[in-house]
Amino acid sequence: MTFNGWVQIALYVAILLVLTRPLGGYLGRVMEGQRTFMSPVLAPIERGFYRLAGVDPRKDQSWWVYCRAMLIFHIAGFVLLYLLLRLQSILPSNPQDMAAVAPDLSFNTAISFLTNTNWQNYGGESTMSYLSQMTGLTVQNFLSAATGIALAMAFIRGFARTGAKGIGNFWADIVRVTLYVLLPFCIVLTLFYVWQGVPQNLGAYVEATTLEGGKQTIAQGPVASQLAIKMLGTNGGGFFNANSAHPYENPTALSNLVQMLTIFAIGAALTNVFGRAVGAERQGWALLAAMGVLFVAGVFVAYWAEAGGNPLLAAVGMDNAMGNMEGKEVRFGAPLSALFAVITTAASCGAVNSMHDSFMPLGGMIPLINILLGEIIIGGVGAGLYGMLLFAVLAIFLAGLMVGRTPEYVGKKIEARDVKFTMLAILCLPLAILGFTALAAVLPAGLAGPANVGPHGFSEILYAFASAAGNNGSAFAGLTGNTLFYNTTLAVGMMVGRFALIVPMLAVAGSLAAKRKSAVSLGTFPTDGPLFVGLLVGAILIVGGLTFLPALALGPIAEHFAMLAGALF
Amino acid sequence: MLRNIRASIVILLLMTVLTGLAYPLAMTGVAGAVFRDQAAGSLLTRDGKVVGSALIGQNFADDRYFQGRPSATTDTDPADATKTVPAPYNAASSAGSNLGPTSKTLVDRVKEDVEKLGGAADKPVPADMVTTSGSGLDPHISPAAAAWQVARIAKARNLPEAEVQKLVAQHTAGRELGILGEPKVNVLKLNLALDALPKR
Repeated sequence: MTFNGWVQIALYVAILLVLTRPLGGYLGRVMEGQRTFMSPVLAPIERGFYRLAGVDPRKDQSWWVYCRAMLIFHIAGFVLLYLLLRLQSILPSNPQDMAAVAPDLSFNTAISFLTNTNWQNYGGESTMSYLSQMTGLTVQNFLSAATGIALAMAFIRGFARTGAKGIGNFWADIVRVTLYVLLPFCIVLTLFYVWQGVPQNLGAYVEATTLEGGKQTIAQGPVASQLAIKMLGTNGGGFFNANSAHPYENPTALSNLVQMLTIFAIGAALTNVFGRAVGAERQGWALLAAMGVLFVAGVFVAYWAEAGGNPLLAAVGMDNAMGNMEGKEVRFGAPLSALFAVITTAASCGAVNSMHDSFMPLGGMIPLINILLGEIIIGGVGAGLYGMLLFAVLAIFLAGLMVGRTPEYVGKKIEARDVKFTMLAILCLPLAILGFTALAAVLPAGLAGPANVGPHGFSEILYAFASAAGNNGSAFAGLTGNTLFYNTTLAVGMMVGRFALIVPMLAVAGSLAAKRKSAVSLGTFPTDGPLFVGLLVGAILIVGGLTFLPALALGPIAEHFAMLAGALF
Repeated sequence: MLRNIRASIVILLLMTVLTGLAYPLAMTGVAGAVFRDQAAGSLLTRDGKVVGSALIGQNFADDRYFQGRPSATTDTDPADATKTVPAPYNAASSAGSNLGPTSKTLVDRVKEDVEKLGGAADKPVPADMVTTSGSGLDPHISPAAAAWQVARIAKARNLPEAEVQKLVAQHTAGRELGILGEPKVNVLKLNLALDALPKR
């Protein structure tokens, strides 16, 4: 680890913290339909959307009506994306004559982009037409992110409102966040990325004659416009197969910094939106602090592991001074690769600027743990906040048990039904991850997947299902996932991870919104101080540790000790 | 219910037009006008012919050129479309090796490459020279990896080592803004500069 490496990490954290409050203020105003500086331009467009769609944005929806609208919207999105992928060979803007995407791969990809996972069992530049990238994948990059933020707002309203029947209007939420937040930010980001060197064109792939006289075909495309929303919406699906490790998709350390910042920006800002909505910004900072503790611990371990390098390679004459460079790019080196890996997995983004599969055993375990903990360390846009709030409900319930009082969180009594739904949401994730991993580890179709053997092969399978169910989308990419077995099981995992969490979460939101706020008394447990942060981190680690430690012991931990003993697989 | 279905379809289609057509196409137009070179892929030309991209590494095997990092990219096997064959720096199919840290394949490959480069336990090779990059298209090598190759280039081109060293120094970029990223050398640009040296 170097001083400069830590300076870069500190710089990143500092900029993020500065952004959180102003962005939170803006986001909160937009989502409550208040005027912003962009209203003169965007308000007429917004009204046009509502008129054509026949919806009344002021009409509050109960949690079930909100949920139903969200689900129907997803069915429509699935049908459109699936058709675009199946029909891309006969549609325009396909200069490389890409064939239609196979049915199982189209199914997997459509579910993947709809659920904000962006797991990719294909390489973009060798599979997708420009039209599929733009009107299929980019659109769902926007809409799945908008849905996540909308759902978080619905949950926030559950805590903020008192004696209310509704939790907001789904249509207004997704239209507003897309028009006022995602799209304008993406326009600025796209131009920044192109300035840094990211291509943005619709031309055919370039044929170059190399200095030694060989031929090199260089993939092109409208990369920057997709990259902008891929990061800002914590989607993570690369335009190219190598994702943000590709020099066209992440040309400089500066583009890398902005990509890392935009992964966390909205997720961090939402903690502030929550704080403002419940009347005390400190409540939001406490959640962010709990996320921050887990984040910094992860960065420390991952950076330490990657900077140390691979002793097995040092033994055959490689200099380990640069750290573990297999699967990493020179312009990023070990520090920025480790930092990006922790951010992208903490945030359920899943973009990568280095290949996690080639990380050191413990370096690769941190991304895996980030996903297994439930994508709540900042987390996906929206999903991270509601995931974390579910853990906050659980933590406060545990604290209530200890002292024998009805637990309260930001003035709302947490009752049996709320805790049951919370546990249902929290337990769906491990069920999908461990269930499918166990299945894949015994079935021949599952065992055909991993590229590496030994404990690392098991890690590849575990990572795949964790990534799918956690809606992350990054991979230990050696796994061959484009098979009927993995396309299907991973898609089911993604749906469970998204919807089996959302539905109970919205039910809790509806129940909380209807409750009266209880007044703060001497007996109220303060949820804006270090004690609560500690309790919350403890609850997260205990749930995650009890659930996943055995699986981690079979994968990365076993591999670490095998490596120290000099074993090869 | 019907109301929701109508809203779903209308909003989906409007959003598709807005974020899936208007946005990327407008960005393509603006970017092409404002940052023409970058939008088109930062292509490098020599004598009017495209020789590559400043951002995309290419394969160098000749002793007269600086070599980039090993690349794990592949291409479809011409004999059997279901299989792939190694094709370093295939810029139409980016990929890393995805070999884990305890992979025998990885250790054997590195060992072989270290021997080829004349490295040994007491003279270790810079890590980036024997490890594949994440994209397989890394355009850069570390200054240490460039220094390692100077003597070979000087001999093959019959140039004084100091002159090659000077060229490397000119093409070494430090950290961006003094702190971001790592120092690096762009291999293709350096090799173009080598070719452009006056013949003697």
